Amino acid sequence: MNTKMTRRTFLKAAGGFAAAAALPVGLVEVARGQKPGDKFTFAYISDSHITQIKGSEFVRNFDNGLKKAVLEVNFMDPQPDFVVFGGDLAQLGKKEEFEHGLEMMKDLTVPVKWVTGEHDYYLDLGKYWQEKMAPLYYSFNHKGVHFVVLNSILTDDDWMYKRWPTPEERMLQMARLDNPDGSPFMVKGEQRAWLKKDLEKIGAQTPLIVLSHSPLYKIFKPWNFWTDDAEQVQTILKPFKNVTVLHGHVHQVLYNQIGNIAFKAFMATAWPWPYPLTYSQLPNMMPVITVPMNRADPFKERDGTGWGYIQYNGGLSYTHELWENSPRVVKKDPKMNRPGDTQYQSPAKRIPPQKHY
Amino acid sequence: MRKLLSLSILLGLAMIGLTMLIAYADPFTEADLKKWNEAFRAVVKEGDSLFHSSKLGKNSVSCDMCHPNASNSHPETYPKFQKQLGKVVGLRDMINWCIQNPLEGNPLPADESKMIALEAYITYERRGVKLEPGKH
Repeated sequence: MNTKMTRRTFLKAAGGFAAAAALPVGLVEVARGQKPGDKFTFAYISDSHITQIKGSEFVRNFDNGLKKAVLEVNFMDPQPDFVVFGGDLAQLGKKEEFEHGLEMMKDLTVPVKWVTGEHDYYLDLGKYWQEKMAPLYYSFNHKGVHFVVLNSILTDDDWMYKRWPTPEERMLQMARLDNPDGSPFMVKGEQRAWLKKDLEKIGAQTPLIVLSHSPLYKIFKPWNFWTDDAEQVQTILKPFKNVTVLHGHVHQVLYNQIGNIAFKAFMATAWPWPYPLTYSQLPNMMPVITVPMNRADPFKERDGTGWGYIQYNGGLSYTHELWENSPRVVKKDPKMNRPGDTQYQSPAKRIPPQKHY
Repeated sequence: MRKLLSLSILLGLAMIGLTMLIAYADPFTEADLKKWNEAFRAVVKEGDSLFHSSKLGKNSVSCDMCHPNASNSHPETYPKFQKQLGKVVGLRDMINWCIQNPLEGNPLPADESKMIALEAYITYERRGVKLEPGKH
């Protein structure tokens, strides 16, 4: 059973302009399904970086981003089947930040699938997360699609357990993106073994969606746009015909295709990050197929941030709700067999703000 | 005796002249270069630390959170017409804008050593990129 409702038909039903003015976001055409193989939609919210200043004071800007995303997902009609939270709910992994973030997240009217980020992890190594949100890695099936959640932000044992005098210092060090004393992200052996075993249960034709915080490929090591054992994870995913990795961490529109695997990132609700190509001192491996999002206007606090939703209809379509820009839609280009922007992919169609330097 | 005295005065004057010549010719040495570079690098380092400090503003947000390695700050394009301000501004005006807005702090005086340090770090991270004042 499919229910379709466009912005226009909804607005008519809701009584015209008064309702239109009150709505915070364009309502979206949502694909839904009831049985395996049907269409469905899920939303993606990520990288909220809720930051405690002191006591009950939190950074207003970042609170506003998460609140706006929750509100807009709740306004989706019909509702998505669930929301993926892509990691980095907190800035420094503090209980106060998690509690404040959960206060906002609890307003969501649909269930949440949690993915942990490094900002959630490196204070207590996932203790709070596992108690209140979810296991660090797990899998589930939804309407014929197999979903796997990985904790891709682990790193080597020495850095994790021995290098820093206190958990707070370890957290601060990992929280700094351009840290020369940082350490590369990894999925590590234990999870790779689990992943292999988990995938034994499903056939090669089953659509597979892997949810991780860091990209499960290599873009730019100095900022950890990188997973060190990415190739080993990609090898485990190789037998499957239809694999997608959805990730956060990079705070930007980013997509790639490596062999059988499509990779897709969404924006943060907190702030946008530059593309690695804008750092002139070091080379990067930014995917050439990505059409960058517009350069953000710092005077517009929510520019370059937002959330997204994914429609599954055999293939996947990704819509980015960029708050100060028109939405961007990326889906598989059947001719090229890789993701492409539905409006801007052709070099002739690109616009000046998409040029980053 | 008088001859000897005038010779000494002449010699003395010549020596002063020679010293002045040395002082004004400014032939700096490798050691000078090293010293000046060290002084510059110390200021870059101070700027690096301010750029990554949660104490520069008042809400614990730091510059590097939006600008890792000072990227996307485009120092080579300043001064330029900043469309949001409706006038031509310098890099330091944007540094202060960021301190006052995302960092919710107080602006720095333009000649304050912290401002010089921030400019030094930002431009050093952009070294080698050609100057393009006014570019958007």
